[in-house]
Amino acid sequence: MRQYWLAQTTGENALLRTFIVGILLGIAAAAGALYAYPAVDQHRELSIISVLPNGGNTESFHINVPMDRIMIGAPGQPEPLPAGMLWPADEILADVRTELFKIRNSRDKVVGVAVRNAAKDGGTDLLDWVLHLPARGSVFVNMSPDAMQGGYRIGKFRAGTHEFAPLTGTMTESWIVDTTGGEEAPDGRIELFLRFVNDEEPTE
Amino acid sequence: MKYVVALVVGLLFGALVFVVGLIYNPFVSKQNLSPVTVTSLQTITLSFSGAATDSIVLTNNGESDTTPYPEKVLQLWERPIRQSTVMVTVLRDGLNRTAGIGVKISSLSEDTDLLAAKALVDSVWYMYLPGKGAYFVEQTENYWSYLRQVVLAAHRSSANVWKGNWYMDTTFGPGALRTAKVTAGSGPFEGREMLGVESLTTFVYSVNDGPVSAQGRFIIELPPTPEADPES
Repeated sequence: MRQYWLAQTTGENALLRTFIVGILLGIAAAAGALYAYPAVDQHRELSIISVLPNGGNTESFHINVPMDRIMIGAPGQPEPLPAGMLWPADEILADVRTELFKIRNSRDKVVGVAVRNAAKDGGTDLLDWVLHLPARGSVFVNMSPDAMQGGYRIGKFRAGTHEFAPLTGTMTESWIVDTTGGEEAPDGRIELFLRFVNDEEPTE
Repeated sequence: MKYVVALVVGLLFGALVFVVGLIYNPFVSKQNLSPVTVTSLQTITLSFSGAATDSIVLTNNGESDTTPYPEKVLQLWERPIRQSTVMVTVLRDGLNRTAGIGVKISSLSEDTDLLAAKALVDSVWYMYLPGKGAYFVEQTENYWSYLRQVVLAAHRSSANVWKGNWYMDTTFGPGALRTAKVTAGSGPFEGREMLGVESLTTFVYSVNDGPVSAQGRFIIELPPTPEADPES
């Protein structure tokens, strides 16, 4: 009887030990998986950057209009975009036009979103862009509201985040009318052309 | 055979213990108040609704907890932007008057580290305040406490709704002491860099619609110079 009881207890102990080892392994495996695999992994399209002879870089983005337009925020629109949007009727926002877009790289892949804000502040015209590329960062550009000869506008990088933080440069905005005449072709596109240099001291 | 079963059950139980420990970790404290909220310098305080239906436009991939608004808004379904959310909202001053327009673009951060209680979101604001200029805000926000105390609580509720009064400064960086970096693009502070902090108060959260009643606030700390006073 005693031998039977001892054998039974030893067997149960071994089973319990196996279970406890399983628990410890489970905790370790869960922690290891969480450590090894990133909880967030942003999809990256290849950055299509050209190098200028002076060492700077250029990159272009575009917006197919009207397909990539998410919002036109301006007072008194007969057909708001998106449908059902209520733009505030406050007097203070009477001279503000805020637009939201998806932006594409030169391979026509959507890579980010952009805000364009045009306003008349007192006697001064103001035109700003914010480009946001989730895997790379954001850039804030103050544009000159007056168009240059050739119909484009130019602006300066004012601030940037992540990849764009150490960069300084300019951006041009131009409207290109579509001439292909295809049935599903856009009316045209807004071209955004960035020229930038990295001001950071190279690390040794 | 019974040892294999015991090992597998132990593994599963261990993984479950780990998840429960991660969520209810008592050593993770709520984020402290940001120094900007108690600064003695002049500030611009802006408030906005945190509920999607109170915003002008809110869009995401259409599968998130927060339902896009209005219904027919173009959604961000392409792979590079499907972990992003864009909100356009009216910004109000301390007297609840319209102060301007704000656009917030947020993307899940690759620096998210759940082991360290960091559920991070990289966000930028573009704020245009007529008469006071345009501001660009860069910040990282940590929503770990929000997920744990509001979102998870709503999922656990039989009605799929959480009700209460939950407040937190969501700004986690990139500045020292959990502050956001604010750059003035125009207006009286053009070219100046300042500090800011965003906070969120949630009253009702629904599993189906996201925040139903919530109030956001953003404080910008103005530079400590005579020209800081826009009235002067």
